Amino acid sequence: MAWTRFGKKKDMPGNLWTKCESCGALLFRKEFEQRHRVCGTCGYHFTLPARERIAITVDPGSFAEMWTGLLAEDVLAFNDRVPYGEKLAQTRQKTGEDDALVAGAAAVKGIPCALGVMNFQFLGGSMGMVVGEKIALLCEHAQAQRLPVVLVACSGGARMHEGAVSLMQMAKTCSALTRLHRAGLPSISVLTHPTTGGVTASFASVCDLLIAEPGALIGFAGPRVIATTIKKELPKGFQRAEFLLEKGQVDRIVPRAQMRDELARLLAYATGRDPVAAFAPQPVAAEPEPVAVPAAPEPPPGGKGRRRARPPKDG
Amino acid sequence: MSEPSARPAAQDGLAFERPLNELQTKIAELRKLNSGSHLELAGEIDLLEDRLRRQTAEVYAQLSPWERVNVARHAERPLTSDYIQLMLDDFVELHGDRVFGDDRAIVTGFACMEGLRFLLVGHRKGKTVKDRLACNFGCAHPEGYRKAMQKMRLAEKLGLPIVSFINTPGAYPGIGAEERGQAAAIARNILDMFEIRVPIVCMVIGEGGSGGALGIGVGDRVGMLENSYYSVISPEGCAAILWKSGDKAPEAAEALKLTSKDLLRLGLVDKVVEEPLGGAHRDPKGAVERVKRQILEWLRELMALPVDELLARRHRKFRGMGTPIGVTRA
Ligand SMILES: [Zn+2]
Repeated sequence: MAWTRFGKKKDMPGNLWTKCESCGALLFRKEFEQRHRVCGTCGYHFTLPARERIAITVDPGSFAEMWTGLLAEDVLAFNDRVPYGEKLAQTRQKTGEDDALVAGAAAVKGIPCALGVMNFQFLGGSMGMVVGEKIALLCEHAQAQRLPVVLVACSGGARMHEGAVSLMQMAKTCSALTRLHRAGLPSISVLTHPTTGGVTASFASVCDLLIAEPGALIGFAGPRVIATTIKKELPKGFQRAEFLLEKGQVDRIVPRAQMRDELARLLAYATGRDPVAAFAPQPVAAEPEPVAVPAAPEPPPGGKGRRRARPPKDG
Repeated sequence: MSEPSARPAAQDGLAFERPLNELQTKIAELRKLNSGSHLELAGEIDLLEDRLRRQTAEVYAQLSPWERVNVARHAERPLTSDYIQLMLDDFVELHGDRVFGDDRAIVTGFACMEGLRFLLVGHRKGKTVKDRLACNFGCAHPEGYRKAMQKMRLAEKLGLPIVSFINTPGAYPGIGAEERGQAAAIARNILDMFEIRVPIVCMVIGEGGSGGALGIGVGDRVGMLENSYYSVISPEGCAAILWKSGDKAPEAAEALKLTSKDLLRLGLVDKVVEEPLGGAHRDPKGAVERVKRQILEWLRELMALPVDELLARRHRKFRGMGTPIGVTRA
């Protein structure tokens, strides 16, 4: 159920270049970021920080963040090598975020919604009491305001440092979703790379609509735990979005570049609006100037990059 | 999840049982000798029994969390099948999820106990080697969780309350399990258990292994047997990730605060059911009887509540678990 660290991205000289985790291509950082962290060579979708996700999903200026300042309490006095309280303080400082979920009210192509986005940069996007509470608050707000809920998952699972308290956030979030659904309000879950453990095994899998980004690793147990348990190599593409679609586990796979349009379209169907009108031209932020890409430097020794982001271990 | 393999000596979480077992053996031997009416021996036996009682109480009062995890996994600890056999006046097993198969790792069926009818749902670990394999050591697949929900819906229709016995190292991490939506099956159960319009009582009788436990663990009352544990991840799994070594499982067990007392203190369970002296494996009948009394008390209490009130309370109970700093409640 629990999250873990992923391989740290290896930065290239001068931080100007980065290497694709999937195909090993050298990517000019500025251009790569303008493509919203999708590899220009192979289309691999990198994990997107929550604020960047919000920026490319909602109408400019429409996001009103709510429930800031909620902080996790170290109820277990958890200590592995660094006390949890210290780890939290460091992570807050490093990321500038309170915890692993940013939530608030927003509009997507003019359709108002309640939006919650997980932030993998914050302790692997792990779900503890803050994430659980904010999702419950978001559902309650949506219910009171008669809004649809959109949740973007990106998480290694429940946060071990909060023990069984984090486990119970699975129940808390599901309970809130049940009430939202009973009030006749729709929910959409966007599953992004990676989503595993207690997040997949709770709110992220039981929304009305399940949308996955291409290539996203989505599952209950992490691939390494499965491989160790069954003592076999896992089939190619196992637990990836395309695999889940084939097995009937998700409704659609939507590339990042089309996500905003697709969400608007689905929200239109879900909220009694005209899906065609939802595609009417909307004011969007000015397109950025194209970036001039310089010649790539020589690849560093070691050659090709990893095929994939390191899969999460999981319990 | 844990493999039932031999552990290195440093990790032997049941070493504390050895002196107790030795004392027990000695008493048994003396008893055999004392087949006649040797008064001297009878006195000696009394003394030793008294010592055994005191020593057992002392040892069990001071068990480390890791040692308790090992008691929870003890080979002779009563399992769901023992509760079915010792506690119920009648049991009709109901098989299958109606979609894919019949997962032996979860048992479901109609049960009757002191005139009270209910649906029993429980993880099943199996007693013999063959049984244990058939039950996958209590690690359920999606079809197990779906079977549980299909029967819970039936119980709801028939107005039967639900009693759930939790005892699993965790849901099974395998290829088929992922293909058939392990995460979604657990999530769906958690979600739907908030909607089931009959009372639900859950009892952790051994291992409360993460989402695999919670998948049948949303209830109006949740109890834990004294030496059971309930955790977000197995101590071994946590140690492997945070300590980078499975050998640090005792440290992880300590850090995770997974004992029944911890869960009660954290407000995550309603009650700890005390075990007979020296653990449920020393007196299965005694343990089963205590669990039975608790379940009966809770069922009678809950069945008196209006259903809407029951569901509202169930929601509030889990809604209030783990409140961050800075939350203001209206
Ligand atoms: Zn690439």
